[in-house]
Amino acid sequence: MGKTLFDKIWDAHVVTEIQDGPSILYIDRQFIHEVTSPQAFTGIEARGRKVFRPAQITATADHNIPTMDQHLPIKEYLSAFQVEKLKENCARHGITYYGLGDEYNGIVHVVGPELGYTQPGMTIVCGDSHTSTHGAFGTVAFGVGTSEVEMVFASQCIMQPKPKRMRITINGELGKGVTSKDVILYILSKLTASGATGYFIEYAGSTIRNMSMEARMTVCNMSIELGARGGMIAPDQKTFDYVKDRKYAPQGADFDKAVEKWKQLYSDADAVFDKEYSFDATDIIPMITYGTNPGLGMKITDKIPSLASVDPATKETFVKALQYMGFEPEQQLLGKEVDWVFVGSCTNGRIEDFRLLAAMLKGRKRAPHINTYIVPGSYLVEKQIKEEGLDKIFAEADVELRQPGCSSCLAMNEDKVPPGKYCVATSNRNFEGRQGPGARTILASPLTAAAAIITGKITDPREFL
Amino acid sequence: MAIEKFITTISRVVPIPIEEIDTDQIIPARFLKATDKKGFGDNLFRDWRYDKNNQPIADFPLNNPKYSGCILVGGKNFGCGSSREHAAWAIADYGFKVVVSSFFADIFKNNVLNNGVLPVQVSEAFLAKIFAAVDANPATELKVDLVNQTITLIATNESEGFEINAYKKDCLLNGFDDIDYLISKLPEIEAFEKKYKG
Repeated sequence: MGKTLFDKIWDAHVVTEIQDGPSILYIDRQFIHEVTSPQAFTGIEARGRKVFRPAQITATADHNIPTMDQHLPIKEYLSAFQVEKLKENCARHGITYYGLGDEYNGIVHVVGPELGYTQPGMTIVCGDSHTSTHGAFGTVAFGVGTSEVEMVFASQCIMQPKPKRMRITINGELGKGVTSKDVILYILSKLTASGATGYFIEYAGSTIRNMSMEARMTVCNMSIELGARGGMIAPDQKTFDYVKDRKYAPQGADFDKAVEKWKQLYSDADAVFDKEYSFDATDIIPMITYGTNPGLGMKITDKIPSLASVDPATKETFVKALQYMGFEPEQQLLGKEVDWVFVGSCTNGRIEDFRLLAAMLKGRKRAPHINTYIVPGSYLVEKQIKEEGLDKIFAEADVELRQPGCSSCLAMNEDKVPPGKYCVATSNRNFEGRQGPGARTILASPLTAAAAIITGKITDPREFL
Repeated sequence: MAIEKFITTISRVVPIPIEEIDTDQIIPARFLKATDKKGFGDNLFRDWRYDKNNQPIADFPLNNPKYSGCILVGGKNFGCGSSREHAAWAIADYGFKVVVSSFFADIFKNNVLNNGVLPVQVSEAFLAKIFAAVDANPATELKVDLVNQTITLIATNESEGFEINAYKKDCLLNGFDDIDYLISKLPEIEAFEKKYKG
């Protein structure tokens, strides 16, 4: 029997398997950031140890930083202390660190791929659930807790039970105005927020093949919202072209040799998955969420489900979600006034996302009551935005471009949405309070976000295309 | 650096019969600025537990004097979302030894196990039974026996088995820690590296 892509990579990294227990899995690269690493550094130091393989670890400050005036010291004491701690810890253990103001600083899952750290066939972990993003390159990449960050510091390995395998196949051409974000929100609306718990997903099919690397990253990024350990896509010529010539990618003849190896990274035709789903791309239109988990989504033209149509077991959760959001069953959200729009995050903070935003904003203006957080995923993305003149389009549309960081995706910094206010966000989670206590998040694509900036309401972006 | 050994636990329970409880609810992001592991219990379920004036919300189970004990029971897909281990630290710091649900998110499950807190996955039917029993009588007690891998409603003696792999069970019962284990395996890991990196 053939092997799945997932099995090929996982099996090649197993140091040893413990009987009736987890595997010791070797990790090619660990990314770290300021929020989930300090206790792991304290931990190994308390054991009297140094980081085992510092060259295989990369650090960036992203979660707990301001997105304005980054040249000035961070004002809030605890945030400043946490970022300073990361810098010190990295210096003490010989880990490359991209701090604020560094040309390579940015959101960890944007930086990894753009610097060529992320390469097909790797195992990658980070103390961040959206590590699944790197799966777009045909890697086994997943989020871990701080104890596991410490395991990698100590041994470059973690202990993991092997997940089951799921394949999600999407075939067909996406309609105009339908993005990869809509694809993953559509899958979430079908499978729910726990639909893939215990599984590692491989995304396949012509729709996925036709996506750019950026778009594939958006899909893999939200695998965790399905409950999956991670999500991945077999590498192809697009992947190789993206990785080529990046700073930490293999160069010259080494690159060609690597590509020969990477070409073996696919699921064999007779490989068996524990679960398979398939979807038709032509059924997908722009999507939005209406509840407080990413599985509670719908087509932008649909109505929120009726109470009668909800599974009785989940009714309490559904009612609680609508109460928090201030919505009613069977309500249509098209035309609903919103207050804020956030474009950014490791889900939709790459250059393509800002091109989509700029294309729609060009020659138009922000609705006067709308507040925005427009936040590039990295300094390199910000630089490219300026090189392409997108910043001028934003300025003409009366929309402010901020500096890179995780920003309002988790609102650890000042980029909060006030209590009770509605925000159309291109990020990944609409949990209660995610964008600040009492904030109400509606997840959507960068195009739907752009349309909301213009009209001030939930708007089908296809009206502007 | 041993974790606390897990012993058979008999306790009242704190029920939160909500599904999809994400780690942002267990510990909101604004409390993740600490650089040590202490004190997170004070902010466990912060925004469900306190109103915007920082006054306790009387009927939230953690504030309701009806409920007590070291067993937390939550609805399906408990611990989904962010990988923050701070959620596990908050639960352990508050004093919970066991979390019961019909379904746990993967990362959360690893995180609590790494902090000596036992996640017990029960059937939907048994979970419903626990919620009903506690609703009828808040003094209801559960017994969680890790050696025999059973969870029992003491009053009715209704019981269900639960899964845990033999390695993790051994770790919890003896207070062993994965990091010490991996450090003991470093020679094997180095041998693997040599072969793997060619």
